[in-house]
This record gives sequence, C-alpha cells and structure tokens, in this order.
Amino acid sequence: MDIDHDTLVGFAKSWGLFYFIAFSICVVIYAFWPSNRKRFDDAKRNILDGDDRPWQ
Amino acid sequence: MVQQLTTGDRQNTLVILLFVFVVGVAMAAVGRFDPLGVHGVIVMLFGGSLAALVMRSYYEREPTQDRLSHYYDDPIKAGVALTLAWAIFGMFMGVWTAAQLAWPDLAFDAGWSTFGRLRPTHTTGVIFGFGGNALIATSFHVVQRTSRARLAGQVSPWFVLLGFNLFCILAVTGYFMGVTQSKEYAEAEWYADLWLVVVWVTYFVLFLRTLARRKEPHIYVANWYYMAFIVVVAILHIVNNLALPISLGQAKSYTIWAGVQDSMVQWWYGHNAVAFFLTAGFLAMLYYYLPVRAQRPIFSYRLSILSFWGITFFYMWAGSHHLHYTALPHWVQNLGMTFSVMLLVPSWASAGNALLTLNGAWHRVRDDATLRFIFVAAVFYGLSTFEGSFMAIRPVNALSHYTDWTVGHVHAGALGWVAFITFGSLYTLVPSLWKRERMYSPALVEVHFWLAVAGTLIYVFSMWNSGILQGLMWRTYTQEGTLAYSFLDSLVAMYPYYIARAFGGLLFLLGAIVAAYNIWMTVRAVPVAAGGQADVPDSGLAPNTVATPAE
Repeated sequence: MDIDHDTLVGFAKSWGLFYFIAFSICVVIYAFWPSNRKRFDDAKRNILDGDDRPWQ
Repeated sequence: MVQQLTTGDRQNTLVILLFVFVVGVAMAAVGRFDPLGVHGVIVMLFGGSLAALVMRSYYEREPTQDRLSHYYDDPIKAGVALTLAWAIFGMFMGVWTAAQLAWPDLAFDAGWSTFGRLRPTHTTGVIFGFGGNALIATSFHVVQRTSRARLAGQVSPWFVLLGFNLFCILAVTGYFMGVTQSKEYAEAEWYADLWLVVVWVTYFVLFLRTLARRKEPHIYVANWYYMAFIVVVAILHIVNNLALPISLGQAKSYTIWAGVQDSMVQWWYGHNAVAFFLTAGFLAMLYYYLPVRAQRPIFSYRLSILSFWGITFFYMWAGSHHLHYTALPHWVQNLGMTFSVMLLVPSWASAGNALLTLNGAWHRVRDDATLRFIFVAAVFYGLSTFEGSFMAIRPVNALSHYTDWTVGHVHAGALGWVAFITFGSLYTLVPSLWKRERMYSPALVEVHFWLAVAGTLIYVFSMWNSGILQGLMWRTYTQEGTLAYSFLDSLVAMYPYYIARAFGGLLFLLGAIVAAYNIWMTVRAVPVAAGGQADVPDSGLAPNTVATPAE
C-alpha cells in the first residue's frame, strides 16, 4: 500500500479524533477521581504555608 | 556565585569553562573573518571571563554541609538580575525599531542598524532574554518551594542559566552582523542552536531530578506547566532547526525542510513557541505567585489540571492558522483554525480560575500594586487568547493578516500578559528571595504599574486602529474594480499610529527601568527582615505576630 496524502489525511481524521476523545476522558476521570480530592486540596493549600526550608 | 560550591564543584566548573574556551578558540580559528569567527572570540571571552571569576574566589572558604538544608537561591538571584538587564535591552531595541518605522532616518545609514537586523534583536531580547531568564529563575524558585527539595545539582543550575545567556548573546550579536536563518523566533544559526540543545537537555534533566527528590507527595500544577515548557521547547527547537551548514567554518546554513513543509514546520514551531514559551511557563508563574501573593489557594485545582491538558494538547495543532490562503492544504488550514477556536476553552478556564481566586480579595487588588500586576495579566491573558482564536478564523484572518493588528495582538499578549505576570512575580519573589521585609519603594511599584498599563493600552489601541485601517485600505475597490489605495497611501495613513506605538513602548520601557532601580535598591538598601520572613501582604495580624512557619 502506498502511503500518500489521502492515507495520512484519513489517519488524522479517524485515529486522531479517537485518541483525543480517549485522552480527554482519561484526564476528566483523573481530575474527578474521588480519592484524588484530598491530594489536590493538600497541594493547593501547602504552597501557602510560608515554610522556607527543604524538608529533610 | 562560588561560595556555594565545594572544591570539587569549582574544579568541575573550571573544566566546563575550559572546554567552552577551547571551543571558542576552535571557532575563531576555523571561522576566521566569517561571523562564526567573531562568535568564536565572544565564546572565548565568555568562557575566559567566567573562569577568571571562579579562579579569583577559588580558595575561598568551602560551604558547610548544611547548605543542603537550604534552598539553592544564588542562580535565581543572578537570573533575576539578567532578566532585568535583558528587559531593558530588549525593550529599548523595541522602542528604537518602532521609532524607525515612524522616522526611518533613525537607522543612521548603517548596515547593522537597519530595521531588518534590529527587529530580531528586539524579539530575541524580550522573548528569550527577558522571558527566558524569568522562566529559568522562577522555575528554579517554584520547583524547590513546591517540592520542598533543593535543586538537584550545584553546577548545573549555573550551567543552564549562563549557557542560555550565552545562546542569547550569540543570537543577538549575530543579527547585528547579518547572521540569520530567516525563521521567525528561530533566527540564530546552527552552532548557537546546537549549544542551546546541550543547555536545554541539562535543564530538563535538572528539573526532573529535582522533582524526583521532592518531599511533597503530589507535584504541584505549576511544575507541570514548567515541565511542558521545557519538554516541548526542546522538541520544537530541534525539529525546526534541523539544518546543514554550508561548511563548519561558516555561519550560514540551509534548513532540511523544503517548500510548504518548511513553512508548516516553522509555524508549528512559531505558534508553539507562543504556546509553550510564552504561555505554559508563564501560567506556571500565575499558578504559584498568584496564590502566594493573594494568600489564597487557587480557586479550583481540578480546573487547573483540565486546562493544563487542554492547553498542551490543543496548542500543538494550532500553528497552521498562520498559513491561511497559502499553498498549505486546505484541510490543514481548517485543522489549525478549529483547534485555535477550541483553545479558547482551556485558556479561559485558566484566566477564569485566576480571577475567581481573587474573588473575595478585591480590596487587596486595590491596595497592592503587585497583586494588581497579576490581576491585569490574567485579564490580558483572557483578552488576547480570545482575540487569537478570533483572528485564526479564516475570513477574519483575511482582514488581519500582514497588518499591524497581528502586531497589536502579539503585544497585548507579550506586554499585557507575559510582562505583567513576570513583573508581578518578580515583585513577589525579590523580597522573599533576598529576605527583605518589603520592596524598597511601594510607590515606585505603583508608578511602574501605571506606566505599564498606559504603555500597553496606547500600544495596543494604536495597533488595532492602524491594523484594521490597513486591512480595509488594502481591500477597498473602486467602482471600476481597481484598488482604491496604493500601498504607499496606507503607509502614510499609519504615520500617527506609529508615533503613538513608539510612545506607548517608551512608557513600558520606562516602567521596566523603574522596576530595575526599585529591585536594585531593595537588594542594596532595605534591611534584612527579622527571622528571614518571606514577604507576604498584610495578613490582618499586628506587625511581628506573623504566624510562625510550620515545621
């Protein structure tokens, strides 16, 4: 099979779309996964604690 | 810079600098009177003078082991100084070139000072010199604070910072001599590009190793943005700069890309330089310095994750909107246009996240000019991403392309967003980095803020006016079906706007000079804060009763 312009266009228009949708679903699941809630809340609060030394 | 290095580190530094020096000698020898030879001399001087600095303090006392219980701030301090120096240089070149457009005699009839050579010194000076140094300095600061770990290297942070500046120096001095690849934002020639690859890979490894040392379980979202910035800039830089030099002794090279592929690669690079150099890294600053300055956590952490992946994955496909109505296949143009419009969603999610973080703290925005810098940055980020999506639509692009509207759009982003978030971050960073109670003069921060706002608005409005006027004049037909205006007619119509633009840029430059003076005086003249407290806005507590840091 020759790989020509139309092959690449076809690939981009089908698999490109699927991979985007699959990827966005994964990201949404990660962001809203219930057990990640505490981790995210800690992350956004911990930067404000004013501690200016590395942890040993 | 040497105090924090052990004898072993100092020896390694000298070996690296010797290597740089030898490469400089070789370039000078092979290049002779070609610009490559001149650059060889510059590399020699760079390596030699830094080696002299290190040798002068070679026998100074070694650092004690407890250096590892502190963050590594020396390279960040140097990075802040370099940021300000490049800001003044780059913005001055911008004002000069802007003035040349109104008064062409300002080229003074010399080759090196023609518009074509000066313009890239402005773009490289502000994007890479000012923006790049700010990104490197703040990334070193943020990654350490959010990971609770010292940088994973003593020499490599210096290598990254100074190596990057050597690249900028080679790029800018090359332009004056007429050296260019003729690729926008990638003008530097092959040897400088190769050097930047070495520096950038070191940066990437350093950043990863520091993250690997982290004591916080979760990697804070600002680091994701810095990481995206580092990774994608590496990819873009390598692919777009694949080129063959005509000989090892000459600066000139030819790209391996041909025809419309070259255009596509260039604008894939060019637009992602906007996305990952001028957006991702500065969003990292927004996600760290905004919460710290406002003393409020980000409005929605989840939203910041969603918009992160949206921005990284959508931006990659947007570059072809620079090539509407060209030989590029129509579907690729459509692809770029569609992704550009979709980009509005994650972009506004970030801007909205920032503004909602400030919601409830508007009195602080009113009282604190630093926080106001960050607020204006978020507003301009929202405005210019909307404008960008709009201009990427093909029929709109028919009006805007090749006109000053594009220039206005870029500066709405570069001044209103990038420079504002940078200065807001610097005013937050500097007192805490040097352990000062406050900036030398809050009044001067206020002066800078209003100079910058006035400069940006004058600049952007004059370019909007002139751009749309230009676009309309170029497409106005007479009843006989001929063009109503010659190109020269449109040029004459631009004259008042070009003067206004140069004036707006001048105000912005003055603001940057005020900032440099204020930061200089903060380091020199403001007493060290008792107990090394970081600078935070008034928390409502009485002075000296600031909450003790949790250990």
